[in-house]
Amino acid sequence: MPGLIGLLIPLEWTACTADTEHEGFAPGVASFCSRPLWDGAPVEINNQLFQAVIGAVLVIGFWLWMAHGHKVVPGKRQFFGELSYNFIRNGIARDMLGHEYRKFLPYLVALFSFILVNNLFGQFFLFMFPTFSKIGYAWALALLTFVVYNGVGIHKHGFVKYLKNNTIPAGVPWWMYPLIIPLEFLSNFIIRPITLGLRLFANLFGGHLVILVFVVGGTLLLTTTEELAGKPIWLLQAAGGFSLIFSFALFALELFVSVMQAYIFTVLTAQYVATALADEH
Amino acid sequence: MSPLELDLGPLLPEHLSELIAGFILFLIIFAVVWKFVVPKFEETYAERTAEIAGGIEKAEAAQAEAAAALAEYKAQLAEARNEAAKIREDAKAQAAATAAEIRELAQADAERVVASARAQIQAERAQVVQELRSEIGGLATQLAGRIVGESLEDDERARRTVDRFLVELESQPQETA
Repeated sequence: MPGLIGLLIPLEWTACTADTEHEGFAPGVASFCSRPLWDGAPVEINNQLFQAVIGAVLVIGFWLWMAHGHKVVPGKRQFFGELSYNFIRNGIARDMLGHEYRKFLPYLVALFSFILVNNLFGQFFLFMFPTFSKIGYAWALALLTFVVYNGVGIHKHGFVKYLKNNTIPAGVPWWMYPLIIPLEFLSNFIIRPITLGLRLFANLFGGHLVILVFVVGGTLLLTTTEELAGKPIWLLQAAGGFSLIFSFALFALELFVSVMQAYIFTVLTAQYVATALADEH
Repeated sequence: MSPLELDLGPLLPEHLSELIAGFILFLIIFAVVWKFVVPKFEETYAERTAEIAGGIEKAEAAQAEAAAALAEYKAQLAEARNEAAKIREDAKAQAAATAAEIRELAQADAERVVASARAQIQAERAQVVQELRSEIGGLATQLAGRIVGESLEDDERARRTVDRFLVELESQPQETA
């Protein structure tokens, strides 16, 4: 199964775009192309789907493991589980949503853990690829959040009142309405889901690309055997070594960005739900 | 180039399947977390809260019980003290009463002794007087008979005279006294 072996050595890719300029090892948009899981597999059954499924299995396994055999006085495992759970429960849900947080807790817990695990795949062996740098996955979650916050808003206030709440801020004079209503509508119903998905995607896409540049580029420079643009070989090799060492710093940064983006996505979802539920915008 | 022909590059999903896979995987995770994970954690928290609240309640109850017991003991102690004081008072009063009674009895005894002594003396005196009277009467009659030279013993008149004399004699010292 060359596809499964390819999962272990994820630095090789084939082009999936018209971008023929960056074929082979050169990092670019083509670096994010998927590969069928095995020869002859449908293009949809690819390495990225495989790692997304693994991510989901890990998340489900983690939570089920943490949720079983609870005692009033927690042991080490339960303590860690409660720590993780409370980070979302008290740190995000309760802070953002007040007394209604309990209803949205499953959504937020699932959201945070799914994004976090898939983001961390970008820094860990076997995968070395953040799932959400494929925008399809990011759009899926952004769209779901969009449906959820509008759904609960409409469910609570009714369609007209919800629309009014979210397009006419309190205390705006009537003659400002022609300006404010389109702006608010754009901001609350179009910009929000798009930025939510784009933010997650772009952070991971960019981060992964930078890592590819430093790792792949550094490797090429380090192993170069001919002069490039009049630079001596030793200088190229030194630059390659430096960029490889520097890539560790980038990995650390990406680790931080991965956690950060999972957190931001969850916090913003909670924030949007809270706004939708609020009586006055 | 119209916007529809714009190459969005990586901003469009490579395959639509990504979107669907994202949906399905997330919904599966959500369902599991919703059905099994969150209720379990919340149940644990509720249990813990109940246990802590129950513990506090129990401690409060114990404290209240202890306070009640203390109050009861204090009340009992005060009661006992009161009772002891009362007993002491009673004893004192009783002792005083007994003393008074004894004193009274003694006095009465003494009075009785005195009275009986007096009565005895009176009786003895009366007896003596009686004896003296008859003796004196006899002696007087004897003496008078000797003086007069004849027996006056059987004479009714003489005896009356002697009696009269004696009565006079008897009443004389009382009048002079």
